[in-house]
Amino acid sequence: MRPFWSGTLTFGLVSVPVNLFPANRPSRTSLRMLGDEGAPLARRYFSQQTEKDLDADELVRGYEITKGKYVVVTDEELDRLAPEKSRDIDLRRFVKEDSIPPVHFERGYFLTPESGSEKAYKLLAETMEKNGLAGLATFVMRGKEYLVAIFSDQGILRAETMRFADELRSPEDLGLPKKKKVPVATVRKFEKLISAKSKKEFAGAKLQDEQAQAMLKLVKKKEKNRSNVVKVETEEREPAKVIDLVAVLKKSLAGK
Amino acid sequence: MAGRAIWKGLLKIGSTTIPVKLYSAVADRTVRFHLLDDKHLMRVKQHMVNPDSDEEVTNQEIKKGYEIEPGKFVILTDEDLESLEPKPSREIEVSEFVPPESINQQWYERPYYIGPDGDVQGYFALAEALENRKREGIARWVMRNKSYIGALRSQDGYLVLVTLRNAAEVISARELPTPAGRAPSAKELNMAEQLVGMLEGEFDASEFEDEYRKRVMEFIERKAKGQAPKLSAVKTKRKTTSLDSVLAKSLESLKKGKRAA
Repeated sequence: MRPFWSGTLTFGLVSVPVNLFPANRPSRTSLRMLGDEGAPLARRYFSQQTEKDLDADELVRGYEITKGKYVVVTDEELDRLAPEKSRDIDLRRFVKEDSIPPVHFERGYFLTPESGSEKAYKLLAETMEKNGLAGLATFVMRGKEYLVAIFSDQGILRAETMRFADELRSPEDLGLPKKKKVPVATVRKFEKLISAKSKKEFAGAKLQDEQAQAMLKLVKKKEKNRSNVVKVETEEREPAKVIDLVAVLKKSLAGK
Repeated sequence: MAGRAIWKGLLKIGSTTIPVKLYSAVADRTVRFHLLDDKHLMRVKQHMVNPDSDEEVTNQEIKKGYEIEPGKFVILTDEDLESLEPKPSREIEVSEFVPPESINQQWYERPYYIGPDGDVQGYFALAEALENRKREGIARWVMRNKSYIGALRSQDGYLVLVTLRNAAEVISARELPTPAGRAPSAKELNMAEQLVGMLEGEFDASEFEDEYRKRVMEFIERKAKGQAPKLSAVKTKRKTTSLDSVLAKSLESLKKGKRAA
């Protein structure tokens, strides 16, 4: 499996070439759209004018400036709008790792060192972990700018993409009522309730997707009963490969 | 402009309930492009076709299948899918409270604001209690035929609910080996610590702006006016030098910068 992205992490003048891999597994329950005979379907774009299907090279990307009027923007233009420097993850601010409100977090990626950069990688990971710090940076990848926080966990660096300040609404934006002084007794009542139901630790392993599990169970049952099972020739398309992300990460962290 | 609530329900802790409204906390700022056909510069439409025959398959004819092995599908009918839907409910049930630092950032997915729907006093009292006790609640609810798990927390005196991923989705660093390679020296660690210390500050989201988004919008506006903005070619990259000399240089330039400021 190829890395999701390869690039350079920098702090000060130190640069650490790294690879990015997703830190989340995709959902196991995605369904395919099938035709009558069970053939997997393909999505096609067609012209409103001619009603004919279009190939990928007959499609362009447009921004609607007024109703029905578009400015065409090419991949190359989007690429050239990002200066070289903006493609590096340049850590220009470090903050206490628990000081970032969770509303910002979007998606995680593990960083693995490119061969030759292991020492600089370990240096950054150890320094951050020892001091409980996260590093912040913005960088441009595939036509989009990302705000990321880099965390160090068990000697491994992880980037969490984050929502920019203007991508989050505030209570004022939403028209929520102004904060109100409340009687101490009411607060105490809730504090007691919280204490009574407090656990020492968050138990993530208990967070099961019960809907997905029920679906897989139903699939198994139907498979056993041979009800609604279809088989089609698959010469045409590459079967959806199940990637063992953990195995990929282990290999990459071992420098292979 | 006030936001519209997307859902109404009852926040439930034990036998205590607070009526609430849910609002999306996310404002989409993505520069939205449309796919156009290059001859007419009109928006394209899409449909599903059988790739072998190129024949269109209408929505009514489309079946949904789960791939159990390559090319082998179990078809799930509309009734099957309906039977999997959770029982509708208006309750956001908070079952337990945990220290926020025990929830790794990887779990958080999508944030919602909770607003009061009547009981303003109960709402702000719960927010204050969460703040005082330094706890996040673990909540479960069903919204639009889907079940969710989320973290209920207080943020600047208001309640937010951030959906959490499930255990199968999150890969923990504990499952992974520490990276191979030589450990840095004590001297390097010391310099790195100084360097990072000089860049340390409070978290302030407004320090970071999506400059690229602005640049794309400016470019589009100029192109719309018929101007052809010049763009430079993308260049590549740089050489490496020894780690401790680079650390020393970094510290020096940062110190100079501080003095000048």
